[in-house]
Amino acid sequence: MFRLGRVKWLGVVATIVALALTACGGPAATSAPTTSPTKPPAVPTAAPVGAATTAPTTAPAATKKLVIGYTASQTGAQNVASAKQVEGLKLWAADVTKAGGIKTKDAIYMPELKSYDDESKTDRVQALYTKLISDDKVDLLISPYSSTLVKAAAVVSEQNGKLMITAGGADDLTMEAGFKNIYQVYTPASRYLTGVVDMLKKLDPSVKKVAIVNEKDSFSTTVAAALLPYAKAQGYDVVLNESYDSNSTDFVPFINKLTPLAPEAILGGGHFQDGTTFAKQMKERNVSAKYVALLVAPPEPTFIEIGDAAQGIIGPSQWEPLVKFSAESAKAAGLAWYGPSVQQFMDGYQAAYKSEPSYHSAGGYAAGMMLQKAIEDAGSADPEKMKAALDKVDMLSFYGRVKFSVDAKTHGKQEGHGMVYMQWQKDAAGKLMRQIVWPLEAKSADVQPRK
Amino acid sequence: MNLEALLASSLDGLMLGFLYGLMAMGLTLIFGVMKVINLAHGPVIMLGMFVLLVLQQGMGINPYLGLLAAMALGLVSGILIYFVALHRVINAPELTTLLATFAVNLMIIGLATVMFTTSSRSVDVNLGTLPLGPATLQGTRLAAVAVAVVVTVALYLFLYRSRIGKSIRAVANNRSAAELMGINSTWMLALSFGLGTMLAAVAGGLLSTLLSFTVLSGGVYETKSFVIVVLGGLGNPTGALIGGIVIGLLESVTTVYIPVSWVPVLEYVIFVLILLVAPAGLPEWFKNLRRSRS
Repeated sequence: MFRLGRVKWLGVVATIVALALTACGGPAATSAPTTSPTKPPAVPTAAPVGAATTAPTTAPAATKKLVIGYTASQTGAQNVASAKQVEGLKLWAADVTKAGGIKTKDAIYMPELKSYDDESKTDRVQALYTKLISDDKVDLLISPYSSTLVKAAAVVSEQNGKLMITAGGADDLTMEAGFKNIYQVYTPASRYLTGVVDMLKKLDPSVKKVAIVNEKDSFSTTVAAALLPYAKAQGYDVVLNESYDSNSTDFVPFINKLTPLAPEAILGGGHFQDGTTFAKQMKERNVSAKYVALLVAPPEPTFIEIGDAAQGIIGPSQWEPLVKFSAESAKAAGLAWYGPSVQQFMDGYQAAYKSEPSYHSAGGYAAGMMLQKAIEDAGSADPEKMKAALDKVDMLSFYGRVKFSVDAKTHGKQEGHGMVYMQWQKDAAGKLMRQIVWPLEAKSADVQPRK
Repeated sequence: MNLEALLASSLDGLMLGFLYGLMAMGLTLIFGVMKVINLAHGPVIMLGMFVLLVLQQGMGINPYLGLLAAMALGLVSGILIYFVALHRVINAPELTTLLATFAVNLMIIGLATVMFTTSSRSVDVNLGTLPLGPATLQGTRLAAVAVAVVVTVALYLFLYRSRIGKSIRAVANNRSAAELMGINSTWMLALSFGLGTMLAAVAGGLLSTLLSFTVLSGGVYETKSFVIVVLGGLGNPTGALIGGIVIGLLESVTTVYIPVSWVPVLEYVIFVLILLVAPAGLPEWFKNLRRSRS
């Protein structure tokens, strides 16, 4: 009908489209980052959560400002989990402020948070952590959320010799890079889904075939790389092992592949948005796998918004409200207890944000708490003294056990913390709720096959 | 075992292919009439997605009714883009119009990022499923195909049966001659651009009923549209529809045999091969092949 165009322009078009995509996905030079010294949330006076636990006997000499820098993914793929992490961190800062600061023999340190929106982009993280260190002169750093962003921040932090606690990064590789100033509070990625294999072996021996479908990012790839040999070693037939791009929105091709293979368990996922979409599409397509375990998304309280598609989905979690670590359990394990109780953390969080905390929230709080513990143990905010203190930490808190590797190759890697596995189940009234199904000593309900 | 997956994938690919075809028709229509390579195509696809989202979440309007609003917005925004960005440079070299639409692309994405952020969104719609042997057909996909077919047929009836449609074709064939016949070519060009962007907005709206999206999603579909348009032949709406179906099928069927993440690589290999072997598109290539044999 119409005349054919000049094909010679297509090369130019392809280049400009690529440029447009780069411009849109790039470091967003057009929008300046929002600088906002973080205001702590309002915490009711009845909730003295996280107060400094080692009050000195003599009055401190001076009050000093302790600027803690971080980036938050206010937008982009990581915004859900990142928001929770930041809420946890802000709650910690509010609790410390309310308790009169971090008290040492010579000074009281008052935390002040300084953050920018990294838009879930690596290049933004690199630029903003450089800015936090060079321009804002922050004293200490907390990582962004997600392993990919953590890795970017860790490189900048390490190059500048800054002490950083990684709150939302579980990737093993980052912590095996020989960094000296980075400390990880999450259980490493290599241990995220191996527990599901243990659970299936113990609780449902009828499961023989499993499929692994995971996001193709650093964290999820590490999880899958550890899961595959482990599942095979436990005698499972891995009928599919594939990964998908981080911006995937259509999982139908995977579902079409999975259906004839009929795995009894599907393990994988990546982060919140892809995990949620994957679970939703599996429900829409009536995928019959008895067990589905996905990374990151299921433990988030907002996962429930996908309705019945959430039912039966299992998620590895760094922390769950139903697991009751306490001073008594610390004593029984021969560990030092530190910080607020689980209930105090829960109450404080509910009061501040009118929502339920997720493990990302707990991770954010725990990251702040580790800085506090290091300052208290070191008696100062000097990074070298704090590092020496963190190297010696082996403690139990509401978040669980924390112990860092002191091996030169894996320095700062989390060694003490363990995973729990939650599952969305319906109660007698048909309401979806989270239950802990593994390990058995922590379970709140038996694991249920999907319907 | 693979036959089951093949059938299910083929049906999915076919359904998605119709949407891709509709999406690419907008791009090829604009090029066919005015020789403009529209780099604002992706952002308009994204606008269609967000129209449905805003209407559903803000006003509780059914997404399929929201498509009418997406069509209207697509048409009006296209006419507006034409007069603001293209009219003064319509006779300039192609690179000028291309850069003009690129500027519009950046403006729309910038504005949308400020308004909606880059977070992922999804339109909440569920029309159930229809079991078909080993395959499960989703109601939303069937509805999307039905709308895509209706819009395509309506477009053809408009272009071939209506007086305005004939005027558009006349301008496409020979603008000077059409003007001598009393046709207002400026308005025909504006309307053509509007129709092209309307198709993009409708396709975007329909895609939003199937998949989650962000303000940056349009870029992915714009690139896909270029592949489809090259496959079908630049300026050929029927070719675009065929190209869309081919790419939709290719995307789905190949995943049965190769890892899903290899599919984009395959698509762009085909893109380059078509440019090398059949730069006028597959329909023209087949025509030439037949001619040379006879």
